Amino acid sequence: MSDKDAMELTRRRLLQGAAAAVLTLAPGVTLLVGVETSARPAGTAVTAKNRWGLLVDLTKTADLGETVVAACRAENGWTGHNRPASDPQWIRTVTLKDPKTGGTKSLPLMCQHCAHPPCVDVCPTGASFKRADGIVLVDRHICIGCRYCMMACPFGVRFFVHEEVTGQKPHMPRGKGTVEGCTLCVHRIDEGKKPACVEAAAAKAPGAMIFGDLNDPNSEIAKAVGRQVVLRLRGELGLDQGVLYKGFA
Amino acid sequence: MAQRVIFSEVKGWGPGTLALAGFLAALTLIGGLGALIMETEGHWLTGMTNRIVWGTPHVFAVFLIVAASGALNVASVSSVFGRTTYKPLARLSGVLALSLLAGGLAVLVLDLGRADRLIVAMTTYNFKSIFAWNIFLYTGFFAVVIVYLWMMMEKKMNRFSKPAGTFAFVWRLILTTGTGSIFGFLVARQAYDSAVMAPMFVAMSLAFGQAIFLLVLMAADRGAGLGLGDGTVRRLKNLLGIFLAATLYFVAVQHLTNLYIAGRQGVALFILANGGIYTTLFWAGHVVLGCLAPMALVFHPATGSTRTGVAVASALAVLGGIAQIYVIIIGGQAYPLVLVQGMEVSGTVLDGQVAAYAPSAYEVALGIGGVALALLMVTLAVKVLPVLPTTLADEAVDPHCKPKAAPPATEKAAA
Repeated sequence: MSDKDAMELTRRRLLQGAAAAVLTLAPGVTLLVGVETSARPAGTAVTAKNRWGLLVDLTKTADLGETVVAACRAENGWTGHNRPASDPQWIRTVTLKDPKTGGTKSLPLMCQHCAHPPCVDVCPTGASFKRADGIVLVDRHICIGCRYCMMACPFGVRFFVHEEVTGQKPHMPRGKGTVEGCTLCVHRIDEGKKPACVEAAAAKAPGAMIFGDLNDPNSEIAKAVGRQVVLRLRGELGLDQGVLYKGFA
Repeated sequence: MAQRVIFSEVKGWGPGTLALAGFLAALTLIGGLGALIMETEGHWLTGMTNRIVWGTPHVFAVFLIVAASGALNVASVSSVFGRTTYKPLARLSGVLALSLLAGGLAVLVLDLGRADRLIVAMTTYNFKSIFAWNIFLYTGFFAVVIVYLWMMMEKKMNRFSKPAGTFAFVWRLILTTGTGSIFGFLVARQAYDSAVMAPMFVAMSLAFGQAIFLLVLMAADRGAGLGLGDGTVRRLKNLLGIFLAATLYFVAVQHLTNLYIAGRQGVALFILANGGIYTTLFWAGHVVLGCLAPMALVFHPATGSTRTGVAVASALAVLGGIAQIYVIIIGGQAYPLVLVQGMEVSGTVLDGQVAAYAPSAYEVALGIGGVALALLMVTLAVKVLPVLPTTLADEAVDPHCKPKAAPPATEKAAA
C-alpha cells in the first residue's frame, strides 16, 4: 500500500468515526446506529478486549424472510450455480419445529463464531482460525481443501467452493477448492460498521438481530444478553458461541 | 526342521506379470485422470456436496490406510512375538504395508480441494489437529517401515530387526488409533464422537490387512511358484477369523452404546434399521458378507482347508470392509445434524433430511486407482527386491512341521 493510499484510508476511517459521533448526537436518531463498534485504526492489532457477537431475537425473525440472506450475498459476493447441495449458503433460514407441540421458530443460521470452535481445532494447517476478538475465519492462502472443518462443524455452516467463482468482491476473496463461511463481515467490523445481515434486519424487522461487543457491559447486546435467557445451539458442546438466540420459548 | 530362509527377486517378465503390471498401471492412470478432472473442473462434478463432504475417495483412502497398518501384522508376529514361521513372510508384509499406505495417501491427497498445496500441509501445522498428527504418523510410518525392512534385509543389521519391528508395531497401533480418532474426535456428529472408534479401527486394520495379505500371498504363490504350504495358510486364515470377530465386537459395542443413549437412538436406528442403502450395506455388506460369511468359511473344516475357501473369505472381508467404511463415512454424514436436541430442522437442502449421495465415476476411478497403485507397487517391489522367499513349503518354514503321513499306497500295501 502506498503512502497516499494509507492516507486515504486513514481519512476515510476518520470520517466514518465522525459520522458515527454526529449520528449519536443528532436528535431522533436511534442509538443502534453507529455506536456499537468503532473503527480499528490501521496497523493496530486485534485484541481480546472485544468479543463480537450477535443476538438473534426469535420472536421477530419470522418477518425477516430471505432479507438477510440476500444482504449477505450482495455484500460478500457468494453466488450459486443453481446446484443447491453444493452452492454456498453463508447464511440461511432454517425452521425448528417441536414435534410434540407443533410449534415452530424461524432462525437465521450462519457461522456461530464459537469461542472454542471445533473447525479451528481440527484444521491441520491452521487455515481455520479465530481472531482475538472472537471472529472465526478461514485463511484462504493455506486452506488445502481437506474439508475436515466441515466435518467438525456442528451447525453445517462451512462451505466448500465446488467450482470456479465469479463476481468476487475485492474485500472478500474466494477460491475454488477452499472452504469458506460467514466472516461476520469482518471487513465492515474493522471499519466500524455492522455486518450486512444486521443492517438489513434492522430495516425489515427492528431488533431482530443485535450486533455488538459482548465484552462491553454498556453495549446494547451485552445489556440485552444480561437480561435474557439466551440459547446457544448445541449448548451441550460447550462451544460458547458469539451468535446467541433469544425468544425460543 | 526349518531351513535358512532364502529371499530372492521374482525373476523374469512373463506375459502374465506384464499383463498384471500393465492392467494395474492403466487403472492407476485412469484414477489419476479422474483426479485431474476433479481438480480442474471442481468437485461439483462429483457426488460430494456441502452435506456429504467426504465421499468415495475417502472411503478408499481410509480403507487403504487402515489396511496398511494391519498388513504389517505378519511382520510384527515374526519380529515382535518371535514366531519364526512368519519370518519368511515378514518382508512381503512390510512392502505391502508401505504400498497400501502410499495408495491410500495418494487418493487422500488427490481429493483435496487444493492438492497443489500439499507442501503447505507438510510445512504448516496446527498441532491441536488430529489430522496434523496423522500427517506425522503416516510419513513416520514410511520411515519406520523402511528402516524395519532394511534391518530385515541387510544381514549385518538383522540383530536390530526385533527392536525396529517392535517400534513399527507400536507406531502402527498409534497410527490406526489416530485414524480412528479422526472420527472419534468429531463432537459435531452423533454417528462419530466416540472413543470406541479408535480401538474399532485397530481391529478393522488387523482384519483388512490380514485379508489383503492373504490374497496377495496366494497370488504371489501362483505367480512365482513359492509352494505355499497349508500350515502357513491355516495360521493366517485363523487369525483373519479372529480379527473379523474382534471387529464385530467393537461394532456391536458402538451401536449398542448409541442405542442405549436416548438422544442417539435416531442415528443408531438410521444405520441399523431405517437408513435404506446404509442399513443394507451395514447388515448385508459388512456384517453378513464381510464378517460372518468369511468367519464361517475360514473356520468350517470343509472350506477352511481349501485355498478357494480362504481366498473367497479374504475377498469377502475386503469387500465387507469397504462397505463398513462406506457406512461409517457416508452414512455418518448422511444423517442430519441436530441443532437443538428434540427439535426437527427444515429449511434448505442442507437441513433436516437424509443427505443424498451417489458416487461419481471420477471418485470411483480415483479410489480404485489408489488400490491399483498399491498393488502395482507390490508387484514391482517383488520383481526388483528380495521380498519373497524362494519357498514357502511347510517343511521349509515351520521348525515343528511333522512329516506328512505315509501315502495311502503304503497303507494299502501294508493291509
